[in-house]
Amino acid sequence: MRNTIGYLAIVLALLLSLAGAAVAFRAVKTGSSALTTLGRRAAYAVFALGTLSILTMVYALVAHDFSVSYVAQVGSRSTPLFYTVISLWSSLDGSILFWGWILAGYTAAVVYIYRDRHRDLMPAATGTLLAVNVFFWLLLAWPANPFRPVFPVPPDGPGPNPLLQNHPFMGLHPPLLYLGYVGMAVPFAFAIAALITGKVGGEWIRAVRHWMMAPWIFLTTGIVAGAWWSYEVLGWGGYWAWDPVENASFLPWLTATAFLHSVMVQERRQTLKTWNILLVIATFLLTLFGTFLTRSGILASVHAFVEGLIGPFFLGFITLVLLISLGLVAWRSDELSSEPALDALASRETAFLLNNLLLVAFTFTVLLGTVYPLIAEAFRGVKVSVGAPYFNQMSVPIALALVFLTGVGPALPWRRGSPDLLVRKFLWPLAATLLAGLAFWLLGVRHVGTWATLVLAVLAVGLLVGEFLRPAQARRQAHGEGWGRALLNLMAKNRRRYGGYIVHLGIVIMAVGIAMSSTYRREREVTLRPGDTVAYSGYRIRLDSLYAGREPHREFVEAAFSVASAGSSPAQMTPRLNYYPMSAQPIGTPHVRTRPTEDLYLTLMAYASDGSTATVSIIVNPMVVWIWIGGGIMALGALFAISTVASRGEPTRGKGVSSERRAEPAQAGVGGAD
Amino acid sequence: MSWKKILIPATAIPIVALLAYGLTRDPNLIESPLPGHAAFEFVAPTLDGDTLSLADLRGKVVVVNFWASWCIACIDEHAHFVEAERRYADADFQMLGVVYQDTPENARRWMQRMGGSWPNVMDPGSRIAIDYGVYGVPETYFIDKDGRIAYKQIGPVSRMLLRQRVDSLLALSVGHARTSGSQPR
Amino acid sequence: MTASPRVIATLVTLTLLPGGWPAAFAEAAPQGQQTVTRPELADAELEARVREIASTLRCPTCRALSVQDSPSGMAEEMRGLIREQLRAGRTPDEVKAYFVERYGEWILLKPKAEGFNWTVWLLPVFVLAGGLIFVVLTARRWVQQGQARAAALTERGQEEDI
Repeated sequence: MRNTIGYLAIVLALLLSLAGAAVAFRAVKTGSSALTTLGRRAAYAVFALGTLSILTMVYALVAHDFSVSYVAQVGSRSTPLFYTVISLWSSLDGSILFWGWILAGYTAAVVYIYRDRHRDLMPAATGTLLAVNVFFWLLLAWPANPFRPVFPVPPDGPGPNPLLQNHPFMGLHPPLLYLGYVGMAVPFAFAIAALITGKVGGEWIRAVRHWMMAPWIFLTTGIVAGAWWSYEVLGWGGYWAWDPVENASFLPWLTATAFLHSVMVQERRQTLKTWNILLVIATFLLTLFGTFLTRSGILASVHAFVEGLIGPFFLGFITLVLLISLGLVAWRSDELSSEPALDALASRETAFLLNNLLLVAFTFTVLLGTVYPLIAEAFRGVKVSVGAPYFNQMSVPIALALVFLTGVGPALPWRRGSPDLLVRKFLWPLAATLLAGLAFWLLGVRHVGTWATLVLAVLAVGLLVGEFLRPAQARRQAHGEGWGRALLNLMAKNRRRYGGYIVHLGIVIMAVGIAMSSTYRREREVTLRPGDTVAYSGYRIRLDSLYAGREPHREFVEAAFSVASAGSSPAQMTPRLNYYPMSAQPIGTPHVRTRPTEDLYLTLMAYASDGSTATVSIIVNPMVVWIWIGGGIMALGALFAISTVASRGEPTRGKGVSSERRAEPAQAGVGGAD
Repeated sequence: MSWKKILIPATAIPIVALLAYGLTRDPNLIESPLPGHAAFEFVAPTLDGDTLSLADLRGKVVVVNFWASWCIACIDEHAHFVEAERRYADADFQMLGVVYQDTPENARRWMQRMGGSWPNVMDPGSRIAIDYGVYGVPETYFIDKDGRIAYKQIGPVSRMLLRQRVDSLLALSVGHARTSGSQPR
Repeated sequence: MTASPRVIATLVTLTLLPGGWPAAFAEAAPQGQQTVTRPELADAELEARVREIASTLRCPTCRALSVQDSPSGMAEEMRGLIREQLRAGRTPDEVKAYFVERYGEWILLKPKAEGFNWTVWLLPVFVLAGGLIFVVLTARRWVQQGQARAAALTERGQEEDI
């Protein structure tokens, strides 16, 4: 019964997406508003059907209805309710259903919010979005059907992958990531609409701004949440392994970030039109590529789960999207040309060009490294690995340059900076930087990459803080406000700018956390008997006891440690090894004690079967918490940037510029604000 | 410029070709560099308490099987080894097992239950496994009479594969040229 | 009279990274006593070299991790083997070659810089360097265009107001 409802909903969603896309594209041709409305209604219907299908699946999971194929694959009576519900997206067909539903949700949201706006672009955008929907509902109707009836009905199931049951974050990371990934289809749809209609100027940019930021925020938090989960759950003390699927989530983030910057150049200078369209197309393609990697099995990855026909389906769709979008770009190449002009090299425009260069070069590097095993096999016939050491090495120079730009970019004014102004802006931060560089060197920071990161971070923070304080000071003089009021008003009137600066601060903090935790991480593995104490790195760690236990869905062996350190109250830490019925190897849960300066990370590696000894891995990871904090700051900054008190959904450029001119008379001589 | 209109979409082709090629490959199947190599010697304790040296088996076709009692796939192939031991009892053939990441007690119990009377060696420090590039069980090596590795099988051995390989290696005389055995494919 | 923005900025940046200082110190600090150790672990310098080599090798069983990070038994044995070989005086390259001979090239997490593999090492560098040159030249050209246009407009007695 549930199979029928769920599957029927999918098939209907497929048919309506197809019909809706056809109707919407017809509306592009004829300009009929009736057809446009019809297309919009189709989008609503697809979302309603998708919701029905997914609710049916959740119900089937919770009710342990093993006649449904997906439930038979990941369900289990002994799995706790929370993990049962989130097993919806844990693998295979369920995650595609989740994807399809979010896509339908975005489609419905866009057509609803823009129902009275962007009338030139909306028919084509609706058509494109519905066309993408067609692909996913087709996948669900055919190779990735989660509602296949299972007969005879098994009494119980294997449960989700044990790794996915170990930590509640599994409830957070995939939804955030999917909301980010899938959301990139919306800017893509507008880019295609711009190409189809030939309106490749400012309109599609304005339409897209929020619809690029929102997925970007989700993608950022999703990636950081994934890294945090990896750190808390997997026990190796790291948070990013440059695994192909991790890279696949990172690549669209890089191109999306590039776009968020270069779009401002197009707003002001009406140039980089082709580039921006290509960036948006690339971002969408990279999200498809990421899903393709996860499900096709072409690259070895911990995340990969292979499912028959899905790989070729995805490849076919990617090919189609590539050919059509590139064909459209070629077709419209005349309209896309521009006559670019800059006022000076030392300007924010140039900084953005460099920013784009770095981000796209980074994208290329990570992409090449990820697929190189395939290329090498094709040309040399030998399998090679490209792992973390390669990526770490190649990304350091680019990352350092990016940290530099996160500070210098905001300090450079648009169009042209007078030498006098630049000196004023850079003097003290540079002085502080030199001082800090010397100080860190004397304190013993010898690792070049880390030293450079810290020094550039000081520069960036100095410049960024200056960008807050200097105009606030001007406000105080002009309006007689106190510091707090001045800062708040300044930020409130320039949300996009200051939200962006907050994001930059977040990135710098994250970079410092990454640099410090990679370089100064230290570890030891020791075997202890109960009662033994080991002193390591300022901690005294004593093994109190080793014991076994049982939970409904797993058994475990846990070691209790007492940890004492100077200046801190003693703590108990209990790393464990979990044994799931369906897995031969145990899955460890480390215990992490987080402090601002460093994390103490204990993993139970092994134990004697008579309980006489336990082997524990002790890792001290400095400043890891700043990575998560930095990620949080980035998200908050971005939310602030897109928040608006204006009655209309999008702030216009003119409005922002003129209000800033009023607020900062002392900034005269700096052409244009923001 | 009309060439631009063709060129831009054409960049899609190498990308798609590469990904399509990728679909035909299995990234988890790593071909071993060892076939053609001389088999690395080892001297190890057997489950019976003796010592066994691979060098002593020179002149025979040796099938070295890496296994463990916790390995489910090893169960399938074990019957084929039992059959082979019987079938080639009078030939220059030796079946040899290497216990991988397991205890002697578990291994003995398993052999008792599953049958077979060929020697099994323990592998302290997993040195033998590392020498043979083992990355999981079961893995089986076919060594010719000159002590060269002719073929590596990753995963359980099928009855037909076992017969074909052993038969072809038995047919080769001692001291023939380097081209012993075929490449894994 | 409150402090000028510059002073505040300086102070903020200098206090930004207090967490880094203890960590930087800690690296130089002694490791402390271990009541229970395996004899090999007492030699911190050897351990560091083992760690370095082990982190460039892929663990054959837990393939997502390096031999250094992997908790599996096989990785532990491999670390032991690396330690032995280093003690016996082998160079890191020789140790890596030992593993490559048995497992094939894929055991190396960084592709060997030779032959076709130069592609993956050099192409990103070329892209970055080439891109940088392109961006600088383009920016310069755009500035020239901008100045030319401004000059042309001033001739007509207008100031462009973008």
